Amino acid sequence: MAKITLDSLAHSYLNDPQSPEDFALQELNHDWVDGEAYALLGPSGCGKSTLLNIISGLLIPSHGRVLFDGKDVTHLPTADRNIAQVFQFPVVYDTMTVRENLAFPLRNRKLPQSEIADRVIRVARMIDMEGVLDRRASGLTADAKQKISLGRGMVRDDVNALLFDEPLTVIDPHMKWELRTQLKKLHHDFGHTMIYVTHDQTEALTFADKVVVMYDGRVVQIGTPDELFERPAHTFVGYFIGSPGMNLFDAQIDGTKARIAGTQFDLGTGYALKGGKTKIGVRPEFIRLGHHGLPARVTRVEDVGRHKIVRLDLGGQEMSAIVGEGAAVPDGGTHVQFVEGGVNVYEDDWRVSPERGDAPVAAKTEAA
Amino acid sequence: MKTDNQKAWFLVLPVLILVAFSAVIPLMTVVNYSVQDTFGNNQFFWAGLAWFEDMLGSERMWNALGRQIVFSGIILAIEVPLGIFVALNMPKKGFWASFCLVLMSLPLLIPWNVVGTIWQIFGRVDIGLLGYTLDSLGIDYNYTQGFYAAWATVITMDVWHWTSLVALLAYAGLQSIPDAYYQAAKIDQASRWAVFRYIELPKMRGVLTIAILLRFMDSFKIYTEPFVLTGGGPGNATTFLSIDLVKMALGQFDLGPAAAFSLMYFLVIMVISYVFYIVMTNLDKEEGGK
Ligand SMILES: Nc1ncnc2c1ncn2[C@@H]1O[C@H](COP(=O)(O)OP(=O)(O)O)[C@@H](O)[C@H]1O
Ligand SMILES: [Mg+2]
Repeated sequence: MAKITLDSLAHSYLNDPQSPEDFALQELNHDWVDGEAYALLGPSGCGKSTLLNIISGLLIPSHGRVLFDGKDVTHLPTADRNIAQVFQFPVVYDTMTVRENLAFPLRNRKLPQSEIADRVIRVARMIDMEGVLDRRASGLTADAKQKISLGRGMVRDDVNALLFDEPLTVIDPHMKWELRTQLKKLHHDFGHTMIYVTHDQTEALTFADKVVVMYDGRVVQIGTPDELFERPAHTFVGYFIGSPGMNLFDAQIDGTKARIAGTQFDLGTGYALKGGKTKIGVRPEFIRLGHHGLPARVTRVEDVGRHKIVRLDLGGQEMSAIVGEGAAVPDGGTHVQFVEGGVNVYEDDWRVSPERGDAPVAAKTEAA
Repeated sequence: MKTDNQKAWFLVLPVLILVAFSAVIPLMTVVNYSVQDTFGNNQFFWAGLAWFEDMLGSERMWNALGRQIVFSGIILAIEVPLGIFVALNMPKKGFWASFCLVLMSLPLLIPWNVVGTIWQIFGRVDIGLLGYTLDSLGIDYNYTQGFYAAWATVITMDVWHWTSLVALLAYAGLQSIPDAYYQAAKIDQASRWAVFRYIELPKMRGVLTIAILLRFMDSFKIYTEPFVLTGGGPGNATTFLSIDLVKMALGQFDLGPAAAFSLMYFLVIMVISYVFYIVMTNLDKEEGGK
């Protein structure tokens, strides 16, 4: 187990990168705290696998350093880093049985036979494969093969870190939940540093204490699920997390006043702006329909079961609001108000903190 | 599910006719010869299985078969490991990968008799680079006279000609292995040998089966190259089955024995290939889970 430090880390797959666009991973400084479980969340192609492979040593970064407990391991081969990693698509050793597959990493580390046997049984129980230990791995389903891959990652208990690169993509939904629970239990029991890569926000928010959100080669926010929800540091986080994502309005901000689509309202505090393009972000959960506030027009209502999603038109800008299942929704003209503390101000897509400090969010949603 | 639709037979009819004319009918004429005797004048007499009995008792044929088996065994034992070794060390992509592929294909494109001629000249002590060099190093090398020199030259020639085939097939097998396998092996701290043994070799098994089959059948029928190079000599040292067969059929015009001989020859190749194939595919099934 170790603290993993990324020091001015950046990576380009090109030999001679010129502009920031040439980098698959933009410069990044970060400490992965020893024993913490992280989720690494971001859309496909944003550089999640690149980052993971740099940590495990499958990829040597073009710039910067990787340190384990302060020791520079940037150029250390994977085998010497003692890291376990599970990949998106199953990898099994075809000619071996399930048991031999699970034992393989331990054999290579030359552990005593009896200990290998114990650990293989333990991990087989976790992935629910005790019954098929003596079958050839090549004849199994993709599901089962991926469970073996997971098992080979989990069987080593002295690793510096456990990395999962979208490991449950090929697993069916029911088993997904079961395996994620097992991973959390593993973390609870052994306290490994874990990084769990996914592009599924539910998976990220339920798995981890800390979620690292990546976008376009950049880490845009690191925070608890609550922080990501209430204070998205970048418009992308607001839009990517939540269902539907955060509403973003082009707005002019002047002192403590904001103007959206010609209507002015009070923000209650000033913002230190530098003259960039400003936007206001409000989550659908923090919008109230009523007789006061900004005039808007209801265009569509979607009933999604536990609540309703109301689509509105606010002076030419689209927005969504979430209201309780039983709430009456006016058709046509209405007014919207933003819940106190639920308003975030963005300048050039990055969040600007209010001068008075963040107010707590008054109430999430009527429905909640 | 089973359907009783016989129309499908019409679809395979053209193939059946083609195969009949190109393989079955010529083969039947051989069968015809093998059970008859002639004293010229195009007059044939029924000979029954006499030629087959003759051939089975013929030391000459057993010797040729022995040489043939030794030859095929040796070249398989060299070409398969060597081909795998070459494939493992070929660049995976980029200019040098294409360059290697072209280079490796060259020997395969050269006609058999030209290969024989090349080596015939290459090995000559007076003007050939190989022969002259060996000779000046004080090595007694003369493939037209020495038994070992002749064998060494024939084997080297075959290895030169055909290792590429094994290498190219093995290379194709290696290229189909996803990167994730190598990455997982690194994570699992597998040694280079373990990577070969548990990832590369199993993934190459299919293509290697084909490579071995092709090389076995082809080497077992080898004719042109040794015929051009040594003419089967010195003595009978490199007289393989085909060479002996041609000597018998065309040199001595013993059509009956030659026909019987070639039928048995054909059967041997077929049986060995079949057994090998069955063994390999059964292994595959066993590995496919119980
Ligand atoms: N081996 C590679 N060579 C060149 N570019 C690559 C390679 N692997 C990934 N990339 C590029 O780097 C970016 C990040 O990829 P990746 O880390 O795989 O993203 P993610 O795992 O988040 O989907 C992508 O634009 C991808 O095209
Ligand atoms: Mg990825």
